[in-house]
Amino acid sequence: MSEERDGHDRPRGASSGSPPGASFEDRLGAARRRQGLAPLQQDADGGNSSRGLSPPQGNALGMGLRVGVELVSALAVAVAIGWYLDGWLGTKPFLLMLFVVLGGAAGVANVWRLVAPPKPRRDQPPPGGG
Amino acid sequence: MAAEGPTIDALSQFMLTPALGALGHSVNFTQANVFMLAAAALTLGMLYFGARPAAIVPGRLQALAELAYEGIYNMCTDQIGKEGRIFFPFVFTLFFFVLMGNMLGMLPYAFTYTSHIAVTFALAAMVIVLVTVVALRIHGLHFFSYFFPDGAPKLLAPLIVPVEIISYLSRPVSLSIRLFANMVAGHVMLKVFASFVVMMAGAGVIGVFASAAPLALIVVLIGFEFLVALLQAYVFAILTCIYLHDAVHLH
Repeated sequence: MSEERDGHDRPRGASSGSPPGASFEDRLGAARRRQGLAPLQQDADGGNSSRGLSPPQGNALGMGLRVGVELVSALAVAVAIGWYLDGWLGTKPFLLMLFVVLGGAAGVANVWRLVAPPKPRRDQPPPGGG
Repeated sequence: MAAEGPTIDALSQFMLTPALGALGHSVNFTQANVFMLAAAALTLGMLYFGARPAAIVPGRLQALAELAYEGIYNMCTDQIGKEGRIFFPFVFTLFFFVLMGNMLGMLPYAFTYTSHIAVTFALAAMVIVLVTVVALRIHGLHFFSYFFPDGAPKLLAPLIVPVEIISYLSRPVSLSIRLFANMVAGHVMLKVFASFVVMMAGAGVIGVFASAAPLALIVVLIGFEFLVALLQAYVFAILTCIYLHDAVHLH
């Protein structure tokens, strides 16, 4: 959000000559090249991986709340599934028991995803279809 | 009943009441809907009146509109990648709907529609349906490999697949509960401490002076609530972006 780039003073309505689908960085680079300016210093991979994938963690209280919410919501979903399947298949209470365990595991998996050290992001080639 | 002396009534602020008189009553148009419309009007107004001068050196409103636009735009492209531009309108709308809901709720007598799980869960369900549709559209049936990370032993599939499916389905639940719980907890806390002020002030001369303590706490809490309002809208939007990233890139 702290924007250092000179995005505000580009001329309005002036056709930049780049394809309209190009990203702002591409258009800026093209404009700078046309004006004979040096290309902007960019991150090695287009500024894509400099920021982490996880949202801001906030303070310890917020982190604790998030962990609690993740655990409880996974368990709630699992209990709902187990309850529904039990009623449907007439296997009360075994599927509920099974899904409580699975829900706890899913909650722990959620929490692990939350606190795990960020994976080194593979350099994804831009997907062709899409 | 407030008639028989002050009591702590923290939850009636979340009750829906019909707005707009008899017409609103007949179609169940509540004050929550009024504030949703107000949020939409404020967002649109900010963008319209911010963009209209189109000055090269932006004024205050234009700077706000441009910062909002570019902030969310960069969030989309940073988190999702180049494809994130497609989802920019969705994420922008979502962010401002939640933000305006949280912020309008901070006005006195206002209603916080994000404090209803029906609203937040509807938003979160919309997100998760969109994420699933996008993933199915881009990757087809390959999407289902999402539930089994490659490299895991095949023997563990009966364990991993249900856990991953539950984990996936718990996303909208945690997304909605996080926003809803934050808003409810903050507003209940404010109401409780505000009730303390009234109750202590009614308890005699010493109480009048002692009631300054909860009053001071309320001032701090109000500031904290503004922080939470902004932060929760941001978290909602950025988690949407992360889920969309998963859908577009799949692993």
